[in-house]
Amino acid sequence: MNQPIKAKHQRLVLVLVALAALIGAAMLAAWGLRSQASYFYVPADIAANPPEAGRAVRLGGMVEAGSLKTDADGVTTRFVVGDGKARVPVTFKGIRPDLFKEGSGVVAEGKLGADGTFVADNLLAKHDEKYVPREMAGMTAEQARKTVEETR
Amino acid sequence: MPLLLAGLVITGLSLAWGLVGAPAERLQGDSVRILFVHVPAAWLGMGGWTAIAAASLTELVWRHPLAGIGARAIALPGAFFAALCLITGSLWGRPAWGTWWVWDGRLTSMLVLLFLYLAYLALADAANRDGDGGSRIPAIFGLVGAANIPIIHYSVLWWNSLHQPPSISMGKSEMAPEFLWALLAATLGFSLLFGAVVLMRMRAILADQQAEARLRRRAMEASDV
Repeated sequence: MNQPIKAKHQRLVLVLVALAALIGAAMLAAWGLRSQASYFYVPADIAANPPEAGRAVRLGGMVEAGSLKTDADGVTTRFVVGDGKARVPVTFKGIRPDLFKEGSGVVAEGKLGADGTFVADNLLAKHDEKYVPREMAGMTAEQARKTVEETR
Repeated sequence: MPLLLAGLVITGLSLAWGLVGAPAERLQGDSVRILFVHVPAAWLGMGGWTAIAAASLTELVWRHPLAGIGARAIALPGAFFAALCLITGSLWGRPAWGTWWVWDGRLTSMLVLLFLYLAYLALADAANRDGDGGSRIPAIFGLVGAANIPIIHYSVLWWNSLHQPPSISMGKSEMAPEFLWALLAATLGFSLLFGAVVLMRMRAILADQQAEARLRRRAMEASDV
């Protein structure tokens, strides 16, 4: 017990303690940033804590199926963004990105109007983590699994 | 160089498969093919810094002479792949998202990784020029920078981000097997290439140091006479 601690071991312990403290600090900072560092609000955030009308915010969520409509002028789009907890109606005037579809994710940049409608001046399509070939897109998950099994 | 050869063959085959053989994706169409370069590049960009951190730990604790050289050898290819990941991601983002760049958690932390690499390269270069014992400061920087790696990984889980969450995690995949196998093969191929380049660079750095030591010795002998 009274043997002098080897310099090598002392260094190891020192470096590991420093590393643990550093990573802990970084994690804490990232955790503290969790609301500020988010790229967009989801509809539940808007419902719980509406931003003042006219402030530039981003709204992200799923485009509800059956909600997508184009006005008579051909360039104004109306749809509803939902996250399963709340829904926010959105209007957008301009060209929509290719991946923008009902039932898929979207991030709208714009302002919340006084009537609760979100006026977007830019739309970003959000891709999900699923990668499916075109031929399999129309199938249900069960059919797709069978097809994949057969090709193995 | 069997490592280099294996890397070249596997990378070539998997890219041919991914770029020509794999089907188009249901929503992304042909732009899904960028995946086969983007994901290996991201993996090596992050894996490279993890290796730098491991080498830095070895350098600081055990003072192994090869550790500092290994870390220096990794930094340049690591920076290359981090940049490649950002460039291919940007090219994919334009058609898929409708924008080249956004400041969301994943993209920003990956850009920070590239800047860390550039800083490491500059620091290691300066420390090397200062002479012996100078590899300790880059090693400390290599460990400090490792804090960014978990942030990159968890950025899409902690924060709402435009970048999608991981498609592949332990034991399950949201990716159809047509894409998955080509992607895993490409990742293996690029990793072998990365390893081969790192070994070659380590050899070059060692040869450099030996040549310099010999020159110095000769200069000493000449001044003695």
